[in-house]
Amino acid sequence: MERMPKWADLILTPLISLLLAFGLSALVILAIGESPAEALKVMVTGSLGSSYGWGYTLYYTTNFIFTGLAVAIAYHAGLFNIGGEGQAAMGGLGVTLVILALPWPHWTLALPAAMAGAALFGALWALIPAWLQARRGSHIVITTIMFNFIAAAILNYLLVNVMRPVGSMDPASASFPAATHLPRLSDLALAFGITWGKNTPANITFLIALAACFAVWLLIWRSRIGYEIRAFGRSEPAALYAGISPSRIIVATMLISGALAGLMAINNVMGGGERLILNAPEGAGFIGIAVALMGRNHPLGVILAALLFGFLYQGGGQLALWTSIPRELIVVIQALVILLTGALDNMVRMPLERAFAALSRNRG
Amino acid sequence: MDFTTLITILDSAVRLMTPLLLACLAGLYSERAGVFDIGLEGKMLMAAFAAASVAFLTGSAWLGLVAGIAGSLALSLIHGLAAITFRGNQLISGVAINFLAAGLTMLLGQRIFQLGGRTPSLSGPARFGEITLPLADTLREVPVIGPIYAGLISGHSLLVYLAFALVPLTWWLLFRTRFGLRLRAVGENPASVDTAGISVTRIRYAAVLICGVLCGLAGAYLSTSIAAGFVQDMTAGRGYIALAALIFAKWRPWPALFATFLFGLLEAVANRYPDLDLGVITVSSIFMQAMPYILTVIILAGFVGRAIPPRAGGEPYVKER
Repeated sequence: MERMPKWADLILTPLISLLLAFGLSALVILAIGESPAEALKVMVTGSLGSSYGWGYTLYYTTNFIFTGLAVAIAYHAGLFNIGGEGQAAMGGLGVTLVILALPWPHWTLALPAAMAGAALFGALWALIPAWLQARRGSHIVITTIMFNFIAAAILNYLLVNVMRPVGSMDPASASFPAATHLPRLSDLALAFGITWGKNTPANITFLIALAACFAVWLLIWRSRIGYEIRAFGRSEPAALYAGISPSRIIVATMLISGALAGLMAINNVMGGGERLILNAPEGAGFIGIAVALMGRNHPLGVILAALLFGFLYQGGGQLALWTSIPRELIVVIQALVILLTGALDNMVRMPLERAFAALSRNRG
Repeated sequence: MDFTTLITILDSAVRLMTPLLLACLAGLYSERAGVFDIGLEGKMLMAAFAAASVAFLTGSAWLGLVAGIAGSLALSLIHGLAAITFRGNQLISGVAINFLAAGLTMLLGQRIFQLGGRTPSLSGPARFGEITLPLADTLREVPVIGPIYAGLISGHSLLVYLAFALVPLTWWLLFRTRFGLRLRAVGENPASVDTAGISVTRIRYAAVLICGVLCGLAGAYLSTSIAAGFVQDMTAGRGYIALAALIFAKWRPWPALFATFLFGLLEAVANRYPDLDLGVITVSSIFMQAMPYILTVIILAGFVGRAIPPRAGGEPYVKER
């Protein structure tokens, strides 16, 4: 069969899948007796219609960029890292330990240290599943699922029994000192004399996330290890013959992936919450799967997909506020996006391939 | 710990292991046929919701059970479509199914009952009642055997006995029938089955649908038997624990019984002793709840025997041309 052009596979297939997912979501909204057009309007005004909405949208986007990159880079090595949730949770622990350990005089000093803590804890949480996959052949999907639950249990234990300040009933760590608070994007805008996004949690981590996208692009397509990761992901035996050590690639990829997921904590724990709470990642680790799938595992695609999910997330919250549609609608949309772009992509691709084959026959 | 407490804990373990056992056997059929299923959680959740809703609306636990199975089967069909027909990624499909169930149950629950995602409480014939086995009351006073029979073996819902009966049935079906041989062969080497002129697609669909029925039973048990109604996210990770039990049992029915019993027992002990005092150390219930996951990782690491999954698991079958 004629192969269809690359641009069609890269852009047309996900786009049609996405439209199908949205079409089905509209049907779901109709089925529960609401108007899809009205829902869309509420979501767009609530997330993109004001600088306040944008502030939240970009805050969520930042989370999803990190977890999306984490899934994407693992995918390039043919690994499915479903443990972003646990790695991001452990990253939050790393951030909290670093910030509460020392009396940081200024956030500029605290930030690099907290980033190191977040990345280290996230990476270490991915290391054991990686090692088990590389050396013992245990399936990384299963081990990372298990590690999500183990991470949740550890954090639950630590927050309730160890890190909770004396006298507090909340299962949460102490609040971070004011000196370590990251500048919000609204503060940056104000420095330029613009009032933008007041009282929103969007902070400078957004810029770090964009930088991380560039770094991941460099790593995957412009570095030796990136080449090895892609070669290994394409064909394990071929990589082996080329002298690439599979266990080294598995461990290295998962360390990077875990570090990226862990870095999300800079945004939600240090920038947004300014303390560690139970279930801090709020499912962002799983949304990373949808983001990577939609973004075709390319950093640029990840940014766009993360923005889309940031919009859905913020818009979904507004839906619950202004209409009788529960915010779980976005979970359904997320599920349909994952299903159609990730698992049923051949359902779209096969007819497309046939169409392109017919087209080229007519021409030739 | 006295004998009565032991019986109470074991009784509670039997109740708690039942949904795990049903889901574990469900996964067993699917994965033995080469279709990975991490969507057990979602299917159970959907079934629990459908069963509780229909049981409440009709007042019949049996109609609820049928609805639960139907809800679970619908998700199974999606999984089959993605994993078998369109040769998509089975893991991603499973993830999507879990989210789909989590979202849809909340959305529909809120729409139908407006109770923040729960269904109204079920009572009477809308629930599967406890069955008192014959002579249970007469034998109760007999030492040792009496409490075991009356307190532990008797007094469960029909679905519990069904789950236990399914273990030998599954063993017989998989290892003593032609269908079972084909099902296992499809999971190990689908090309050989295809060469023998048997449809790989059909056998895999059969396995995935059996998986859906069993997840339906597990979900219906959760919402119409052990609890009296559906609450948000009521499966609470049981689908993943069942998956862990499946690996623990190395994809075999009898060990699945023991693995799920062990995990049920852990949950029962954690429920009874939130902070278990072992003299030297106090074990937090959080640790007990995490035990199934930790044990599974240890098993997966191959330190206690090796868990080798079906060889063609996760691979879509592409017919040679």
